[in-house]
Amino acid sequence: MREIIEVAAHDAQPTEQDVFTGQGIPADRRPSATTTQLFVETKKVFSACAQCVGVIADITIPAFETLYAGEGMNEAATPLDAVFRKADNLAVFAVTVGGAVSRKIDHFFKTHEYALAGMLDAFASSGAERVADRVQDNYRKRLIHENIATAKTMVLRYSPGYCGWHVSGQKKLFAYLKPEEIGITLLDSFLMKPLKSISGVFVAGPKDIHIFEDNFPVCSECQTHSCRSRIQGILQKQE
Amino acid sequence: MDILGEISRHLQAGSEEKVADVTRRAVKTNIPPKEILDKGLISGMNIIGEKYKAHEIFLPDVLLAAKAMYAGMDVLRPLFVKEDMPSAGKVVIGTVQGDLHDIGKNLVGIMLKGAGFEVIDLGNDVAPESFVETARKENASVIGMSALLTTTMPAMKRVIDYVKNEGLDSRIKTIIGGAPVSEEYAREIGADAYGYDSTHAVECVKKLIAEMHR
Repeated sequence: MREIIEVAAHDAQPTEQDVFTGQGIPADRRPSATTTQLFVETKKVFSACAQCVGVIADITIPAFETLYAGEGMNEAATPLDAVFRKADNLAVFAVTVGGAVSRKIDHFFKTHEYALAGMLDAFASSGAERVADRVQDNYRKRLIHENIATAKTMVLRYSPGYCGWHVSGQKKLFAYLKPEEIGITLLDSFLMKPLKSISGVFVAGPKDIHIFEDNFPVCSECQTHSCRSRIQGILQKQE
Repeated sequence: MDILGEISRHLQAGSEEKVADVTRRAVKTNIPPKEILDKGLISGMNIIGEKYKAHEIFLPDVLLAAKAMYAGMDVLRPLFVKEDMPSAGKVVIGTVQGDLHDIGKNLVGIMLKGAGFEVIDLGNDVAPESFVETARKENASVIGMSALLTTTMPAMKRVIDYVKNEGLDSRIKTIIGGAPVSEEYAREIGADAYGYDSTHAVECVKKLIAEMHR
């Protein structure tokens, strides 16, 4: 099944903390009143110009195996490689907050509204993740509604360019999913346009299949190890 | 009253209107524009850079200060004859071919201007020859390149090789940066410097230019 899902801009609003973290402000530091005001202003701009949409398509494990092999440039051992064959269901997806947001960021830089540009950039990056969250939630609910999954089914997502899945993997993903229909194109450099877009695979299955130690060779290059909190957070939310 | 200190303080607070007002006042008191620029505006941005490096302030504060600096620069700009426009050096920046990410490059550009450099921003998806030919034509001392994808990083080497093949490496230095880039990669491809963030990039550019003038 392939589905296009529109997400209202207010459902894609990131938290203040997400955006401030994206601007290098640690969680334990109180930003200035001006920074907080900037966030409020940016929220209005985002609401006015974001066009959040996603596309998702079911994929079998064998088909994903071919897709994941991509251009042959993945790391030899990756978390996704260890996980996807144990999944009950897989779906590839792509989401975006739309090109108008990127154009707004450019406009702000050109008109010297640097702080707004920087804040909107961070806001849109987090916003794209929120759109992916909404599409992911929608996928899980559909699986449960169709009695394909139960309330114990957990869904996590992986994206090309991270955790050893080479960014060139987007080529086969795009060929399968055709996100051009929702306005996302892939450049020769495997960069998505609009910039604030995310693609990847949703892996659905029991909690146990998602648990892994971040000690793959590729993990040594990772600067965030965000998988730890993602796994922990999602598993706690869904218990 | 320390009017130049007042400009610096308002700049640090991100108060663009006050920076513009006090800059106008400084001009009216016949303080030379270059002195206002150096001891008011650039001095204020230097303090901002130090505070940012020390994690006392954060990116939004830096960007607000940069806008305030521009407000002051707009007052001073007509007072400088073009040839006498003071500059710490000329830097060509851009995001490499195939890459559209430009926030990091934009931040470096803002910080370089804040430090008194003349910046020629070529934008994104910049072909190697554009970097080098622009630097050659404009007599720039440094080319700064940004890349955010492992697939676009190789374009940095093409720029560096072009500089070397044209025999320009003694007069044009290169600095690279971006999330997938590292000091090791910079060494590997023969870049003259690697900037791990915008403040560090400015320090590196200052060092490169100082070394060239030695």
